[in-house]
Amino acid sequence: MSFTKRTAKPGFSVQNIGSALSQAVVLTIVLGIVYVLFTNTQENLAIRGIESGFAFLDHEAGLPIGDSLINYSPTRSYGYAFLVGILNTLFVSFLAVIFATILGVFVGIARVSHNWLLAKVAAIYVETLRNLPLLLTLFFIYSVVLAALPHPREAIELMEGVYLSKRGFYLPRPLAEAGFPVFLTAMLVAFVLGLGFWRWAASYKMRTGKPMPGFWGGLGIVVALTGIAYIATGRPISSELPVYAGFNFKGGLAMKPEFASLLIGLVLYTAAYIGENVRSGIQSVQAGQIEAANALGVSNAVVTRKVLLPQALRVTIPATTNDYASLVKNSSLAVAIGYPDMVSIGGTIIGQNGQAVEIIGMWMAVYLTINLIISLGMNYLNARVLHVER
Amino acid sequence: MNKLMKFGAIAAAITAAGAVSAGTLDKVREAGELACGVSEGVPGFSNPNSDGVWVGLDADFCRAVAAAVLGDANAVRYVPLASKQKVLAVSSGQVDMTSRTTTWTMKRDSAEGVDFTAVVYYDGQGFMVSADAGISSAKEMDGATVCVTTGTTTELNLADFGRANGLSLEPVVFEGKREAVDAYASGRCDALTTDMSQLAAFRTGFSDPSAHKILPEVISKEPLSPLVAHGDNQWKDIVTWVVFGIISAEELGVTQANVADMAANSSDPSVQRMLGSSGDTGGFIGLESTWMADAISAVGNYGEIYDRNLTATLGLERGLNAQWKDGGILYAMPIR
Repeated sequence: MSFTKRTAKPGFSVQNIGSALSQAVVLTIVLGIVYVLFTNTQENLAIRGIESGFAFLDHEAGLPIGDSLINYSPTRSYGYAFLVGILNTLFVSFLAVIFATILGVFVGIARVSHNWLLAKVAAIYVETLRNLPLLLTLFFIYSVVLAALPHPREAIELMEGVYLSKRGFYLPRPLAEAGFPVFLTAMLVAFVLGLGFWRWAASYKMRTGKPMPGFWGGLGIVVALTGIAYIATGRPISSELPVYAGFNFKGGLAMKPEFASLLIGLVLYTAAYIGENVRSGIQSVQAGQIEAANALGVSNAVVTRKVLLPQALRVTIPATTNDYASLVKNSSLAVAIGYPDMVSIGGTIIGQNGQAVEIIGMWMAVYLTINLIISLGMNYLNARVLHVER
Repeated sequence: MNKLMKFGAIAAAITAAGAVSAGTLDKVREAGELACGVSEGVPGFSNPNSDGVWVGLDADFCRAVAAAVLGDANAVRYVPLASKQKVLAVSSGQVDMTSRTTTWTMKRDSAEGVDFTAVVYYDGQGFMVSADAGISSAKEMDGATVCVTTGTTTELNLADFGRANGLSLEPVVFEGKREAVDAYASGRCDALTTDMSQLAAFRTGFSDPSAHKILPEVISKEPLSPLVAHGDNQWKDIVTWVVFGIISAEELGVTQANVADMAANSSDPSVQRMLGSSGDTGGFIGLESTWMADAISAVGNYGEIYDRNLTATLGLERGLNAQWKDGGILYAMPIR
């Protein structure tokens, strides 16, 4: 992707008028088609006696949702139910992007590793995951791997308050006690101080040339101050343990199997692609660059951080942008394994109201928005790592 | 993804389709086949057998309509539809009708572009739990996880039941029935909820049916009826009266075996009218006079269809679905 700017030829020429005219014609045709489709849809809906418009979003939903980040009950509106779905989609996509990136970087580095075994294992992983449909992977994780866990009655207790069963992964829920706001403030202050030290250390190094451990020093400040504040405010965080009662665990935090399967599936699948991006990025850096850096006698770690990775990123980032976008869209497979994402909940709303045109429009708008935001962010990153062309 | 695309295609059909369907009858005759929406596989109702032939009560009603309209019970193209597609597939004209365990509700009938015809099965929603769960009533299910299918009235009834009885029920909602049943079978859920008849059907499919029990509470009314698109009255009449005809045939003692004989020799005027040996009831709805004779000789009367598909394979009692004379509520309008 080149960022050289081409300036348009100024003034009117025969060529410019011609191209302006043809563009106007194309635009008119496109708008015309959109208009015809819109009016045609309205007519068809009216003929069939199907309600249209977004008024239904205010009606009581009445549908149950098993897993929601915000408080939901069936008495809320369809619009609110759809919002629950959007948040679920965003939540699982967000976590999957982070974990897939971390795993993908490891896989990519392993692929070009000089360790034969590591490289082969990474290659087998990439080829297997890329060549299986994601849906199969999801079904496998959901109905083979997670379904093999024991019934909650015989849940595996990993440590006190942490249980693993068919119903999911249960762990203690942190509860804020008195003094928590003070502690939170202290933590924020510690964080700002740590960050400040890091920046000061960097500028000190630039000024004097003397090394100063900015990152580790900053981290030390944060950890030490937070620890002191925690004890000084009287340990203001307690926990609510999950307890098995009746049918299931009550209390605590729960990660449901549907969410876990979707997250694991998306991470494994996308990491295979990201791994390949990272590999091709690393391999795109000319050997001469590394040799030249080595010749300067700096350590391997510095060569990797300051020479190899920045150049590898130029190839890796644009390809990874696509994979992030695919990940978000792939999260719609949630519907097959019972995770209430936006598509699953939207589908239910269509089943109740028959207003498919509106819901499909809303799906499109949300996916488009998410992916445009991802593109914007990634383009910003990309612009930062690009060659500054002379 | 596949389902999503199919779904998009149906929505696109609404966007692009021309004026509807005054003339489904002509369309079916021209195509030489009836596009009939069925479930994606519910034993006893519509389910492909080992030869890939769709069998079941719902599948037989598709056959009956095809026989009445085209004179050929095999001229049916079965279109499996997920729950949330079923209404849309009819209203957009993708299928000519559905015969697919669809509950007759006010909203669907009035505001979603479809019409219901006549009830072919009176069902109600219930719960199945594992026999060792140690409960005998649905009211003891507080805290239970329940597997359910998306886009159905079932899902809403579950929420209503929980609210009405102060039970906290945790739903796990699946796109397909199969997935919901599998999740229940694997122990992901404490209970499975859907119509009673389907619970019985799925129960027979388990390796040990006695390890599961169906709780006594029926939490909803689920009158199941074939669907047609709104606005084509002639076509709605055809499907409605084929259903009434099949039910009447049982009441009048006309069977698959004796229909030819009855058509020729019966002295009962009701039978004569229905089978076209006197008058022309088929003519009222634009069909041949032998419309019901064709349908009955293809699939039999309601009792035969029921016994073949529900009693023999699932062991379901007739219950509400017995004829009105026998203590049920099955009551066909008179054909005259």
